[in-house]
Amino acid sequence: MAREAPPLVLQSPTLRWIEHRLPIIGFGYQHLVAYQTPRNLNYWWNFGSLAGICLMLQIVTGIVLAMHYTPHVAHAFDSVEHIMRDVNWGWFLRYAHANGASMFFIVVYIHIFRGLYYGSYKAPRELLWMLGVVILLLMMATAFMGYVLPWGQMSFWGATVITNLFSAIPLFGESIVTWLWGGFTVDNPTLNRFFSLHYLLPFVIVAVVFLHLVALHTHGSNNPVGIDLGKKDKIPFHPYYTVKDMFGLAVFMIVFAAFVFFAPNVLGHPDNYIPANPLVTPPHIVPEWYFLPFYAILRAITFDILWIIPAKLGGVIAMFASIGVLFLLPWLDTSRVRSARYRPIYRIFFWLLVIDCFVLGYVGSQPPEGWLPTIGLVATLWYFAHFLIVLPILGKLERPLPVPESLSSPVLGRGMAAAPAE
Amino acid sequence: MADATSTVQHGEGGTRRDFLELVTWSTVAVGAAALAWPLIHQMNPSADVLALASTEVDLSKVPEGSSIKVVWRGKPVFVRHRTAAEIEAAEKVDLATLRDPQPDSARVKRPEWLILVGVCTHLGCIPLGTAPSEPRGDFGGWFCPCHGSHFDTAGRIRKGPAPANLVVPPYTFLSDSVVRIG
Repeated sequence: MAREAPPLVLQSPTLRWIEHRLPIIGFGYQHLVAYQTPRNLNYWWNFGSLAGICLMLQIVTGIVLAMHYTPHVAHAFDSVEHIMRDVNWGWFLRYAHANGASMFFIVVYIHIFRGLYYGSYKAPRELLWMLGVVILLLMMATAFMGYVLPWGQMSFWGATVITNLFSAIPLFGESIVTWLWGGFTVDNPTLNRFFSLHYLLPFVIVAVVFLHLVALHTHGSNNPVGIDLGKKDKIPFHPYYTVKDMFGLAVFMIVFAAFVFFAPNVLGHPDNYIPANPLVTPPHIVPEWYFLPFYAILRAITFDILWIIPAKLGGVIAMFASIGVLFLLPWLDTSRVRSARYRPIYRIFFWLLVIDCFVLGYVGSQPPEGWLPTIGLVATLWYFAHFLIVLPILGKLERPLPVPESLSSPVLGRGMAAAPAE
Repeated sequence: MADATSTVQHGEGGTRRDFLELVTWSTVAVGAAALAWPLIHQMNPSADVLALASTEVDLSKVPEGSSIKVVWRGKPVFVRHRTAAEIEAAEKVDLATLRDPQPDSARVKRPEWLILVGVCTHLGCIPLGTAPSEPRGDFGGWFCPCHGSHFDTAGRIRKGPAPANLVVPPYTFLSDSVVRIG
């Protein structure tokens, strides 16, 4: 196994001339070819590069759709139907973009839970993790505004409900909402600014992804064992992980294509094929699936908290806090062991958190009736308890399994598989 | 591999690895091309644009000696009711003197009706000469103000930078007074 890529040698004098003045070939070589990567990464590590590819696909299909879309309340819906019916391959481009957003969130959520399981947020990767949370927030804003653009019933009422969240802010709430709308309701000015921002934010995401990668390449990838690896446990990114990422990409594209070609509307809502009507609210408003857990947290707070915070504000605070708490995660988790492989009790709580998020997602998808609001409240409390109570205490109480010193010296307990013969 | 030496000594046909590499990259190229095509083709005219490809014109409102402009595919089309003198002038030109030689008969279906795409073949401006107040150039047809091309009464280039005659669009006479362009 080649442990290090050979140094870059440029045969062509033209390339040498360029490299001497603009060392961009060396930069690419250093970060895409020679980059020292742990040799034990499993398939859960594919989702970072997949997320990057999703971002690129969204930008490419989005730029193309913007060539045919009209951001005006009188034309937006029709222009989307024009894309579906008249524009060459328009149906494909739009379905790829709409389902691409869902795929992007699936990939990113798996990427996040990978980080949670293997402790990828711990020192020295706290900023890497926090930049990731910033990307998540930007993605949510972008996806929300993108969903408004087709100007169907769900677009309009989703926009109304989400912008009204800000009316919960004491004193300035109403003025802020009027400012967001550019009027007294969601209308043409709102649609125009959402289109502008929906085009802008992906490029902001690209910039933050770049910082995310700078932080990643400073200390290198974490790995399933969660220990800092020496040189002999690392291999060059190319060809080992370029090939593995390509294989993962091929599998991912099969799933993506299955949605685009065989079930393009399964993840959307039929109501969004009804043009927006400011006078009629659909009987049951739900956000896109990737917002459902947050929506459940928003609706879970139906009571005033401590006579100070009204229920409406409480729900909004809880929803934003559910992301905000992720920023504090590197300091809330007090265990010095990164990987859940060596944390038997944390492993249980990790899976409880996964189940909790699915429960929240289900509650968010249903009308708030019967037992569901209670279940939603319990699941919300558990979500916060996991981060604010369980993790700080568990780090102190839990006795981790023995952690190996390196990959090639599997010591006590549950070790690594033997290194392959060389 | 069964024969360890075969990986070192390449046969004439190359190794199994060469073959796999070729197949892989070929598949990648086909896939990339298939993905690129929708991104490129979406910029071609869409179905609703193609559906607006013909225009009907009422000729009864164009008296002899005058001309009108109509819009066809977003472009101006000149419809000119030529006088006998204009027809004669167009017919008796020596073709050897023309930059883009074409007899008048090849440019009209009925001599009194001259129908042309009103876009200069030089760089796309609209030549003057349709309205009575506009200059018609040295040859009594049209004059392009952008770079000074002169067209005759058959819309042929006679002087100036334009490389070719004004284009004759496809058209059919539906009756003596109605023509469909496109």
